[in-house]
Amino acid sequence: MKILYGMQKPDEGTIAIDGEKVTFSSPADAIVRGIGMVHQHFMLADNLTVLENVVLGSEKLYGIGAKARRKIKEISERYGLGVEPDRLVEELGVAARQRVEILKVLYRGATTLILDEPTAVLVPQEVDALFDNLRELKAEGLSVIFISHKLGEVLSVADEITVIRRGTTVGTAVPAETTPRQLAEMMVGSELPTPETAESTVTDRPVITVDKLRLEAAGGKALLDDITFTIHAGEVLGIAGVEGNGQTELVDALIGLKGADSGTISLIDEEITGWTTRKRREQGIGYIPEDRHRHGLLLEAPLWENRILGHVTEKPLAKGVWLDPKAAQEDTRRIVEAYDVRTPGIDVTAASLSGGNQQKLIVGREMSHKPRFLIAAHPTRGVDVGAQAAIWDHIREARREGLAVLLISADLDELIGLSDTLRVIYNGKLVADADPATITPEELGSAMTGAATGHLEHDENAEPGADTPEIRKSPEAPEDEAR
Amino acid sequence: MKKFDRERVLLAVAGPVIALAVAFVLSAIVLLASGKSPVEPYTLMFEQIGFSDIQVLVINQASMYYIAALAVAIGFRMNLFNIGVDGQYQLAAMMAAIVGAHVDLPAAIQIPLLLLTAVCTGAFWSGIAGVLKVTRGVSEVVATIMLNAIATSVIAYLWLPDVFGVKVGNNNTTGEMHESGWVPGINMGDAGEIYGLVFLAVLLGIAYWVVLNRTRFGFDLRASGASESAAAASGVDPKRMVLTAMLLSGGIAGLAGLPILLGDTHTYSLNFPTGIGFLGIGIALLGRNSPVGIAFAALLWAWLDKASPELDFHGYDKEIAVIMQGLIVLSVVVSYEAVREWGLRRQQRRVGAELAAGHVLGADNNTTKEVAGR
Repeated sequence: MKILYGMQKPDEGTIAIDGEKVTFSSPADAIVRGIGMVHQHFMLADNLTVLENVVLGSEKLYGIGAKARRKIKEISERYGLGVEPDRLVEELGVAARQRVEILKVLYRGATTLILDEPTAVLVPQEVDALFDNLRELKAEGLSVIFISHKLGEVLSVADEITVIRRGTTVGTAVPAETTPRQLAEMMVGSELPTPETAESTVTDRPVITVDKLRLEAAGGKALLDDITFTIHAGEVLGIAGVEGNGQTELVDALIGLKGADSGTISLIDEEITGWTTRKRREQGIGYIPEDRHRHGLLLEAPLWENRILGHVTEKPLAKGVWLDPKAAQEDTRRIVEAYDVRTPGIDVTAASLSGGNQQKLIVGREMSHKPRFLIAAHPTRGVDVGAQAAIWDHIREARREGLAVLLISADLDELIGLSDTLRVIYNGKLVADADPATITPEELGSAMTGAATGHLEHDENAEPGADTPEIRKSPEAPEDEAR
Repeated sequence: MKKFDRERVLLAVAGPVIALAVAFVLSAIVLLASGKSPVEPYTLMFEQIGFSDIQVLVINQASMYYIAALAVAIGFRMNLFNIGVDGQYQLAAMMAAIVGAHVDLPAAIQIPLLLLTAVCTGAFWSGIAGVLKVTRGVSEVVATIMLNAIATSVIAYLWLPDVFGVKVGNNNTTGEMHESGWVPGINMGDAGEIYGLVFLAVLLGIAYWVVLNRTRFGFDLRASGASESAAAASGVDPKRMVLTAMLLSGGIAGLAGLPILLGDTHTYSLNFPTGIGFLGIGIALLGRNSPVGIAFAALLWAWLDKASPELDFHGYDKEIAVIMQGLIVLSVVVSYEAVREWGLRRQQRRVGAELAAGHVLGADNNTTKEVAGR
């Protein structure tokens, strides 16, 4: 992807566009050749209008005035993007921003579009809309490279699929003749796992109890408000929500990186609201961070030092104030074997492992200290399907042994498959709850956009997303229902 | 695994060697440009190593550079830039000199008292920057630079005759220290005397390594330097760590002037060496913050200092040594970054290749598992 967009030069091999061999030394070269990239993280200036964002950097093409506005409208209509040039970007939702990004690329004359995990931030309904847009583009003669780890999406939108594993092409497939299972097997090279959890292991012993938690931004705006839930031993509580609705803040508050402005957090029967991060970790809170590079690893340190990270005060890594490198190395070897971390040794830096292996090391590290409560934020993000299955297995196994898990994920199948209880976070509030046994991703999706609240009941006849604010009373549901 | 170890040594040595080579070549070019022989100054300076009096001077000088560089390195290890070592050691040396001139206890108590005075003064001075950073978010770079300037004024004030100053001719001093505070050196005959506190420098180097690599605190400190966000998530209190590191750095900085104060001058005067704190920054950089590396770098710097005056007698400017020091610092920064990135990329490729070849740790007892890339 980086090579195609001119951000990195290939060591070997060639790229041909319309049969002509090309070399790119910068993204500008790629743009000239009609290659456009829609990044996973949007590159838009919030306080500018759509028009201003689109012309930014390409003022020479159609100017910055009426001509540019006409052009934007023309593109928008032609491909059914529905972009309004005079809206401020900060007023737009995620899906609309993505359409602006696509329009930006088309405005610059792209004929080949690269979309990098475009659906990661979208709810199912928005994904469908995006796919309609992509079909329009296709119909107009443009090429689209769609990069995704979600098999169903690839199968529904692509005309041809190329499977890449560990940097090499392992095969190509025609969607019409391929099942998700076959595709997945190509990706892993073996059987496809499912995140389904068989029997319930939920007990009635509360492990973590959060009561009316509130967290404010600097200006007093609530990032989290009135968050109340209980997770019992052996229970996985899944939090669904579009990214940026307070998940990160919730995790920070639970691990102690941010202090709560009001409300309490209790672990078993102790109130831990005032505890430091270190104390919380020592007392049995495991943490699989959302961004492992920023919060979970020291990339340039060897694996065995990464084994110590977060548990520097705990056995077998330390004796009193002294570190015990021998024991740490020994234990790292154990984790590497038990969790199938693919590495030639424990002295290599964390940066040289693939994302999946880094994540397995983190999971192994956190599980090694027998946590009572595990925060798993996007535990399988950016992880290959094989490692994903292994991580799910470890979470399931620990849950059987009485671990309480808070699972945050953008992958709705993972959420529905692993969780015992589901809650939906929207705008810093838990707005809805659902039973993972019956709910569908579409129904969950409508609650994630704030369209539905209360208890989501699966209804065969009702439109997905219908508002059914009926309160369920079941033994496994926490008594504090969504507000 | 052996292979990776050898690789690490290679990478560790490659940076400084490349930097030194580049600096030597560039200095030779400077010499050529000024119409002088590009080789002779080096031969002259190398000859100096053979003389025992120069050796003693180099070791004495290096001990102070070493302590100052350790102080800087502690900050570097957690991404704190203590530029204030210069002010910290000068103020600390002066306070030790004043205490040494006014308190007279048995040597067994007097010397530790003087060391403690210096440590506390240095830590206090850097602690101001630490507190400002933690409470008000003031950059430690700006704060310590300003504190250097303030230290100069404080020193000038303390030198006033009605404060602690004693005028000796035109020189400002703090008066002669009591002999119980003098640290005896090792007599090398005609070559001179090696300061007794050279051993303090060695001990500090060992302590630095042990604390950083073998204690929980050291791990937290290194983690904070490697990734602030990961350290915070691992349970390090970032503010406390900043303050502790600043205090430690300043405390060690406070000792940097003592080898010469307690070993030779016995008073803090206008002739007291200045600028050691700034040189310590370059030395810490060249030594890659490692206690052994810093020792080599300190000796190199001291050699350039002490061997260069000879150049004046042969029609060269001794400032060529200063030019070299500057060029070394410049090339060090560039070459280290290049070597580091090259090493990381190389290791990533190697790990990929080893995995593809099936060299997986623990592969013997789970051979049924899929091997990467198959």
